[in-house]
Amino acid sequence: MSTTTESPSRRQATHPGERIAEWTDGRLGLYKLAKSNLRKIFPDHWSFMLGEVCLYSFVILILTGVYLTLFFHPSMSEVVYHGPYAPLQGVRMSDAYASTMHISFEVRGGLLVRQIHHWAALIFIAGMIVHMMRVFFTGGFRKPREINWLFGWTLLFLGMFTGFTGYSLPDDLLSGTGVRFMEGAILSTPLIGTYLSMFLFGGEFPGHDFVSRFYSVHILLLPGLMAGLLTAHLILIFYHKHTQFPGAGKTEKNVVGTPLLPIYTAKAGGFFFLVFGVISAIAAMVTINPIWTMGPYRPDQVSTGAQPDWYMGFSEGLIRVMPGWEIRAWGHTLVLGVFIPLMIFPLVLMAIAVYPFVESWITGDKREHHILDRPRNRPVRTGFGVAWLTLYFVLLIGGGNDIWATHFHLSINAITWFVRIGFFVLPVLTYWITKRICLGLQRRDRDKVLHGRETGIIKRLPHGEFIEVHEPLSQQQLHVLTAHAQPRPIDLGPEFDENGVARKTSPVAKLQARMSRNFYGENSAIPKPTAEEFEEITAGHGHH
Amino acid sequence: MKKLSARRRHPLAALVVLLFALAATGGLYAALAPAPKAQADDSAQSLAITQGKKLYSVGCATCHGTSGQGSTDGPSLVGVGSAAVDFQVGTGRMPAQQPGAQIPKKKNIYTQAQIDQLAAYIASLGPGPVVPTKDQYSPAGADAAKGGELFRTNCSQCHNFVGRGGALTDGKFAPSLKGVDPKHVYEAMQTGPQNMPSFPDTTMPQDAKADIIAYLHEVDSSSSPNPGGFTLGTIGPVSEGLFAWVFGLGAMIAIAVWMAARTSKAKKS
Ligand code: HEC
Ligand code: HEC
Ligand code: HEM
Repeated sequence: MSTTTESPSRRQATHPGERIAEWTDGRLGLYKLAKSNLRKIFPDHWSFMLGEVCLYSFVILILTGVYLTLFFHPSMSEVVYHGPYAPLQGVRMSDAYASTMHISFEVRGGLLVRQIHHWAALIFIAGMIVHMMRVFFTGGFRKPREINWLFGWTLLFLGMFTGFTGYSLPDDLLSGTGVRFMEGAILSTPLIGTYLSMFLFGGEFPGHDFVSRFYSVHILLLPGLMAGLLTAHLILIFYHKHTQFPGAGKTEKNVVGTPLLPIYTAKAGGFFFLVFGVISAIAAMVTINPIWTMGPYRPDQVSTGAQPDWYMGFSEGLIRVMPGWEIRAWGHTLVLGVFIPLMIFPLVLMAIAVYPFVESWITGDKREHHILDRPRNRPVRTGFGVAWLTLYFVLLIGGGNDIWATHFHLSINAITWFVRIGFFVLPVLTYWITKRICLGLQRRDRDKVLHGRETGIIKRLPHGEFIEVHEPLSQQQLHVLTAHAQPRPIDLGPEFDENGVARKTSPVAKLQARMSRNFYGENSAIPKPTAEEFEEITAGHGHH
Repeated sequence: MKKLSARRRHPLAALVVLLFALAATGGLYAALAPAPKAQADDSAQSLAITQGKKLYSVGCATCHGTSGQGSTDGPSLVGVGSAAVDFQVGTGRMPAQQPGAQIPKKKNIYTQAQIDQLAAYIASLGPGPVVPTKDQYSPAGADAAKGGELFRTNCSQCHNFVGRGGALTDGKFAPSLKGVDPKHVYEAMQTGPQNMPSFPDTTMPQDAKADIIAYLHEVDSSSSPNPGGFTLGTIGPVSEGLFAWVFGLGAMIAIAVWMAARTSKAKKS
């Protein structure tokens, strides 16, 4: 009872749980931390839960990955297989492959855990893409969240390579072909390609080192970096607070939603188990990466249908559709057919990474934003996003050209040409179509605000005319449709100043003004109804 | 012996020797000559050839020429051997119908007896690979693991790891090998149909062919085990990626929508 005498001001903790809490608070200042954070509000929208899908898949990946490390041997030493799988009996293979066979056929739950791990990886990265596009289309990346956008993008980039290194570890014929592919890409680098490859593989490909090196990268380096970035990502979300969609009562200064504790936490916990459950159910029912059907890697063997996992598919597509150009000079060969795709690969990803900065430069918008955009109200951004996705998916088609050919009875050459042309044409086309659709939707919003919602009820007037009854929108609905700002494009001012002297404008400023006109000009926005217009129409007698 | 040598020059000696010789050859003939059954075979063989020729002139001659010499519509069949005919007609590829990137498999319209007759006729035009016997192509006793290595070295670049097929240029393709009769697998290796290279016994011995058949039987028949569950076609990561997007992410989004809808209802009430 000495504690009571030392701090007489405090009520004595009676419940053991309360005592533990007291104890920790005394050392970590938990109460203060909790008071400010546990009442944080998190808005409710299904698309705000996509980030959580990524988070939970990441947790699942770590958990199952740890289990796999208990049995996997990252070693290239040669062994002869004598396990239960008959069609590989007596075949020579690396220890890495043999131990993966062991996990699949002999370790309790091994195959299930392998399949959960791999399905979770595919869903993790698919989730990141969709989450990223949610943030993109709603403008969630605008100030002050640009850094968090970059953190997120880096997570995507690292996630792809974590996936690739993991996929390579079993040293089966499929993944070995993938590593060979990567080696080929590295070799195509001018001047240093050969040295780079020798350095990476510790000698001639495949050598004895790559599995153990990939292993360290896959289980230590990349997940470590990702865990750190992920924490930073979440801390920043906490710090910035979550954005929200426009709606009545939602301003740039508040967040409307459920408090972190208890409702949000309970929901998030439930969501974690649902995500885990779905992935486990899929893994229990559907095969992924059946390495036993592929056999061990041997550089002299190859199979058709050798693709990487889907998130690397666009790089595969780049290589598959690129014409095999080469330049030979002074006894050296520059393999453009591989080198150009190698250079486009990061550009595709960078294009989306730098977008927030490009947009804020174009629009000159340096204000903070906590209310999200409805995608239709920013037709140029939405168009760009769709164009980027189009490019990405066209390349994915190129990466699977042989599978599409056999399953849809098409010529692989025709698909390759479709992708080559589509690479340039389709993004432009989808950009244009998306912009049109956005403007159409804006026009419809305007009509709805001014004339109300079409009810589908036909009324006959006394003099015989038929009209459709329009129902005025509620205050909330009106708010959603009219809350967005419609900024003016940057104005460079008159070309001549008051003395008739030509003003100097830098070409950069001119470019900025032109792009800003493109972004906010009359071709990208249907003017919102003004208050007067609204008054005039609604004061009159209804519908027109 | 003296008596014999003394009578050597007897005028009838030659006659006696002749008689002996005749008896000996007659006896030998009776002992060694093929049985009457063989004679019947012989005539059956020639009967088959004539029957085959009839079938040939009805079904095949328009493209392959009246006597198998070939035409603008089909190659010469001299020396392709009975194995090629048994494969092409047995899998329904021949008689070909319309031209295309690759002559497809169809329902076979001949009975096995008719195919044998056609094969006998074509084989009579010139020597070529012969239809294998059951013990040549039977997977029993063959080494599936060795067959797997051979398959990955020689076949999987066109036919995929476990024979699920793959694309070649301009709409041509290596077909799936699932459910293909072991005899036809053997014959395909012997004869190399259309865009497939041939693997004659000199480069791929008979045992190796049986090993490959045993491997395919292990991994690509209805009895092959699928420890991981549904296979999605065993065609590699493309179908897996598609599945992850459609069903994996689809389920996640459905759940998210459902959960988000739950609260707003709870709040309203
Ligand atoms: C419509 C024309 C057509 C008809 C009818 C036709 N064939 Fe063919 N056949 C072809 C063509 C074309 C090829 C060559 C395919 C290739 O290799 O690309 C061919 C190839 C073959 C081959 C393989 C030759 C080789 O080099 O291995 C055989 C055997 C064969 N035909 C047998 C037959 C038989 C037996 C029939 C009758 C039942 C028949 N064909 C009817 C057009 C025809
Ligand atoms: C260059 C690519 C290529 C390689 C290598 C190859 N094949 Fe083929 N295979 C083909 C093509 C193309 C066809 C279709 C031929 C046709 O339709 O006439 C085919 C047809 C077959 C068929 C007939 C399937 C059916 O549905 O009737 C079998 C059996 C077969 N191959 C087995 C093999 C085996 C066994 C090997 C390895 C020893 C092998 N192939 C190697 C391209 C290839
Ligand atoms: C490991 C992968 C990732 C995890 C675990 C993750 C997690 C989350 C979570 C839980 C949220 C809050 C909920 C939500 O808005 O969905 C969030 C928000 C955000 N994420 Fe991610 N994310 C990941 C990857 C990415 C990627 C690839 C990007 C974009 C390139 C990104 C950019 C953002 C941004 C800008 C926000 C703030 C959005 C807002 O407040 O409106 N994140 N992330």
